[in-house]
Amino acid sequence: MLEIDNLSHVYGGGTPNAHHAIEGLNLSVAEGELLCIVGPSGCGKSTLLRSIAGLITPTGGQVKVEGNVVKQTPDNLAVVFQDYSRSLFPWMSVADNVALPLRRRNMDKKQREDAAREALESVGLEGAARKYPFQLSGGMQQRVAIARALAYRPSLMLMDEPFGSVDAQTREDLEDLVLKVRGHHQMTIVLITHDIDESVYVGDRVVVLSKAPAHVVGDLKVDLPGPRDQITTREHPDFVHLRAEVGRLVRGHATV
Amino acid sequence: MSAQTLTSIRPASPAIRWSRRAAGAVAFAALIELISRTGLADPEFLPPATEIAGRAVTLLADPAFRAHALTSLLAWAIGLAIAALVAVPLGLLLGSVPLVDAATRSVVEFLRPIPSVALIPLVALVIGTGLQHRVALVVYAALWPILYNTMYGLRGVDPVAKESLRSYGFGPLAVLMRVSLPSSAPFIMTGVRLAAGVALILTVSTEIVAGRGEGIGVFIFFAGIAVPARMADILAGVFWVGLFGVAVNALMVAFDRRVFRWHHVQRGEEG
Repeated sequence: MLEIDNLSHVYGGGTPNAHHAIEGLNLSVAEGELLCIVGPSGCGKSTLLRSIAGLITPTGGQVKVEGNVVKQTPDNLAVVFQDYSRSLFPWMSVADNVALPLRRRNMDKKQREDAAREALESVGLEGAARKYPFQLSGGMQQRVAIARALAYRPSLMLMDEPFGSVDAQTREDLEDLVLKVRGHHQMTIVLITHDIDESVYVGDRVVVLSKAPAHVVGDLKVDLPGPRDQITTREHPDFVHLRAEVGRLVRGHATV
Repeated sequence: MSAQTLTSIRPASPAIRWSRRAAGAVAFAALIELISRTGLADPEFLPPATEIAGRAVTLLADPAFRAHALTSLLAWAIGLAIAALVAVPLGLLLGSVPLVDAATRSVVEFLRPIPSVALIPLVALVIGTGLQHRVALVVYAALWPILYNTMYGLRGVDPVAKESLRSYGFGPLAVLMRVSLPSSAPFIMTGVRLAAGVALILTVSTEIVAGRGEGIGVFIFFAGIAVPARMADILAGVFWVGLFGVAVNALMVAFDRRVFRWHHVQRGEEG
């Protein structure tokens, strides 16, 4: 599904202030997988995501989505950014925000509106379609951003610290929402986070990055019994063990 | 906190705000009345406010004055519309293609500080003193506030918003039209509002300098060169121009508050 091959990216290459964000990063994600990428702050996670999305051209290596080398944004990809208040368009109603990217699909107005309504329903916001983003809470705005991505029916959804700007309770609700929608939609999800617990709770697999220049230092399969639950999963010995392991990997490379 | 302090920090209701403004206007008129009646200023140069007001009302019933007003209104509206139609696309171009901006900057920086009023005689020589004269000068003067506000608005467009649309595979033109333009629209609106005032100044000034044909400025010009000068006519004409300016501004502010509410909320101007 997603192949990252010896990826490197340098900002301001050739200048004394050159910043090596990523160096020699290899990663492959299987179809339908929910991969969480964790790493210390400022380690190049967002650069990695922007390279996958084709928003920047990496200075070295390549990214392949469904076998095609990414040169510009792939058609079958959607991104959910951390800053919902900046990534939603404030001059449009919630429904119009969700429907806008569908102009890239071969859909008439009616189809776009229907798809938007359906996506809003799936995130529990059917009542907010006519509202404007500024009339919603932060958690609801991020639900709108998720609905916008879902309506687009991507085969790969990238999430860049999607719950970094909401309170703890909302965060847990949104984590469960992601788990729910991935069950309904056939898609691969790559979720970037700096929250170790979150990565283990949400992911099928957790990849740990080193501090910048980022490369993979750990790759763990998350094998937890039963459907995930905010209380029982988090108290399960395997969960506790895994989060400790991820924590050691993150810390070990953050403090060097 | 007591109910009384809450009332005092709450912004005044529209009714209260309007009555305050009206009180100010009445006080100003009373001052003119007083100065004129007491002979502090020669009533021939400053007629009492009641006389100016009376003249303003009778002028409205005068078909000749109404024709003057309509001519001015037409020049103002056409000029402002053309200015907006030229300045917004130009601003989008200069604001989004750095190369074009750099190439034209010296010309723009040279033209901008030229007072448009100084061009009135020159333009008259080139294209005559009809409607086209007024429109040309209005366009020239009204262009700048709209152009600069459009470019300013574009500079402030959130990169995350642009990236969001790009991430769905939209190209640069779609990003410009669907994100940058609507995001800058409140700034463009401010530019148009400022330009509306500038356009009014240019309309009347051009008419006064041209001194022929129709227009409020022409009416004021002839009232001024009459012997003795018809001061009440001049001031009544000025009153109507001023009132029009205030009304247009108020309408545009109301439009801005309504249509661009998302913008004002985001900037914390209202809850």
